[in-house]
Amino acid sequence: MTEKLISIEAIAKRYPAPGGGDTTVFENLWLGIERGEFVCMIGHSGCGKTTVLNILAGLDAPSEGVVIVDNVAIEGPALDRAVIFQSHALLPWRTVLGNVAYAVGAKHKDWPKTKINEHAEKFIELVGLKGAEYKKPSELSGGMKQRVGIARALSLEPKMLLMDEPFSALDALTRGTLQDEVRRICLSTGQTVFMITHDVDEAIYLADKIVLMTNGPEAQIAEIVENPLPKERDRNQIHKHADYYAIRNHLIDFLVSRSRTFKDEIKDKPWDPKSVPLVRPMAAPPSAPEPLRKRA
Amino acid sequence: MRSLSFRAGIVSILILVLFLGAWHLATSGSSAVQQMDPEYAKLMGLTATQGKSAMPGPLQVGATLWKHLTNPFYDNGPNDKGLGIQLAYSIGRVAIGYLLAVLVAIPLGFLIGMSQLMSRALDPFIQVLKPISPLAWMPLALYTIKDSNYSAIFVIFICSVWPMLINTAFGVATVRKEWLNVARTLEVGPLKRAFTVILPAAAPTILTGMRISIGIAWLVIVAAEMLVGGTGIGYFVWNEWNNLSITNVINAILVIGIVGMVLDQLLARAAKLVTYPE
Ligand SMILES: Nc1ncnc2c1ncn2[C@@H]1O[C@H](COP(=O)(O)OP(=O)(O)OP(=O)(O)O)[C@@H](O)[C@H]1O
Ligand SMILES: [Mg+2]
Repeated sequence: MTEKLISIEAIAKRYPAPGGGDTTVFENLWLGIERGEFVCMIGHSGCGKTTVLNILAGLDAPSEGVVIVDNVAIEGPALDRAVIFQSHALLPWRTVLGNVAYAVGAKHKDWPKTKINEHAEKFIELVGLKGAEYKKPSELSGGMKQRVGIARALSLEPKMLLMDEPFSALDALTRGTLQDEVRRICLSTGQTVFMITHDVDEAIYLADKIVLMTNGPEAQIAEIVENPLPKERDRNQIHKHADYYAIRNHLIDFLVSRSRTFKDEIKDKPWDPKSVPLVRPMAAPPSAPEPLRKRA
Repeated sequence: MRSLSFRAGIVSILILVLFLGAWHLATSGSSAVQQMDPEYAKLMGLTATQGKSAMPGPLQVGATLWKHLTNPFYDNGPNDKGLGIQLAYSIGRVAIGYLLAVLVAIPLGFLIGMSQLMSRALDPFIQVLKPISPLAWMPLALYTIKDSNYSAIFVIFICSVWPMLINTAFGVATVRKEWLNVARTLEVGPLKRAFTVILPAAAPTILTGMRISIGIAWLVIVAAEMLVGGTGIGYFVWNEWNNLSITNVINAILVIGIVGMVLDQLLARAAKLVTYPE
């Protein structure tokens, strides 16, 4: 087994049920994330994706099991795991620069103010917000706010970037641009990312691996899909790739039907939640090529 | 079309002129002067003897007001001090009582807002203490503190503490979870979190409480000083009533209103400074 940056080991989350007893959101969940990997998780609403992410972030504690980061079990939130919140979560009384600098200052407590601001400016520029440093969040568009959130997380230069549907509140055009930017930045820095999404195309465009989660309660990871597309991809070209429809259909098929019936699918088979199947959907190999017709 | 505030200003001035005119007409008096025994005339007052109203008119009030304004700080013994001195006493008492209340209410409000346990535990006390009229504390304060000045300050303290306490607790308890989560993921310590996230987030709510408090404190100080006597604008009103100087009473009323407005505006400015649009 390769060395994992993150190892989720046998975590469970239970909430007290209204009528007594417990409801299990998920249990015995295992997942490893390697350094530099971009992992997306998809699944239906309410299956527990945010819960998994919050546990990874340390904002929530699992009822059972542990999460190990770099061989150390996590005990709470830490600066090495930066979160990009769905609702951007900017502090409205601080400027763009103030928001990013707040994070930088929290990480580098011994840095002088000028160095903190310089570092923050670098990341504000990286997300294309140069010139808006002294604006308050209320003066920004939704896409710009999300950019500040991204800059804030990236400025921490974390081991792990956690994103909970970061683009779901944006219009399609802005979403596309931001996806491009996040992809470019993460690729160039070798950033390890765990991202939740509802959007199959977003997952195909961004992810190296896609974790499929079945419906809750008692959700489980059904399989891990390896993205057959090359790491270098172009948003406007990927649909021309031979394997594009294979992976897309596989994901949609899962979301539409298998996520619901998965329990029956594995009923009589041996099932090891520790190592769920890793699949790589590919276009069916072209059946015996037709002989070229000779020119008359 | 002139701006709305300009037109509103014109209407305000019109209303003022109308009011002053009506006041003047109502008090200038024109009832027939009766012939009477001078001893009896003394008892009847000016209305009967000179055809003048006992109620001072705006010109009279304006003249004394001018006298007060030009010489606000004279001091001719305990019963004859300038309006400025009396106001200074009142403002001083309000300031001390109010600041003490701030020092108690804001940290305590933080505690209540941050701890479910303390919130539940202190709630019954707050619910019982809050509706007590601040003046009801006066005898107890006089009995225990044995100093009328400190008792007045205590009454100001007790009346301004509740709105600040309740608003602070509410503001702190309702800070957005996501902002707290930001601080948590950044490993910001509890003290720094209180000052850099909770305080700015709750500041508008806290200042609303402070603004309500200063209003109440200024209402209460007049009544408190009427009770404890000695100095202050409340005592001044009472003293002038005993002197039957309605002119001075009206002057004092006017000044009380203006100072109250200024205090409220100061807090409103401060609130504006800490308000953030979302
Ligand atoms: N505090 C709570 N008490 C009880 N149940 C909870 C609580 N928080 C979450 N749950 C339950 O846990 C389950 C998983 O919630 P979670 O927010 O992780 O879903 P999700 O997969 O992120 O959904 P979505 O895609 O809609 O964001 C839900 O069914 C929800 O009802
Ligand atoms: Mg969610």
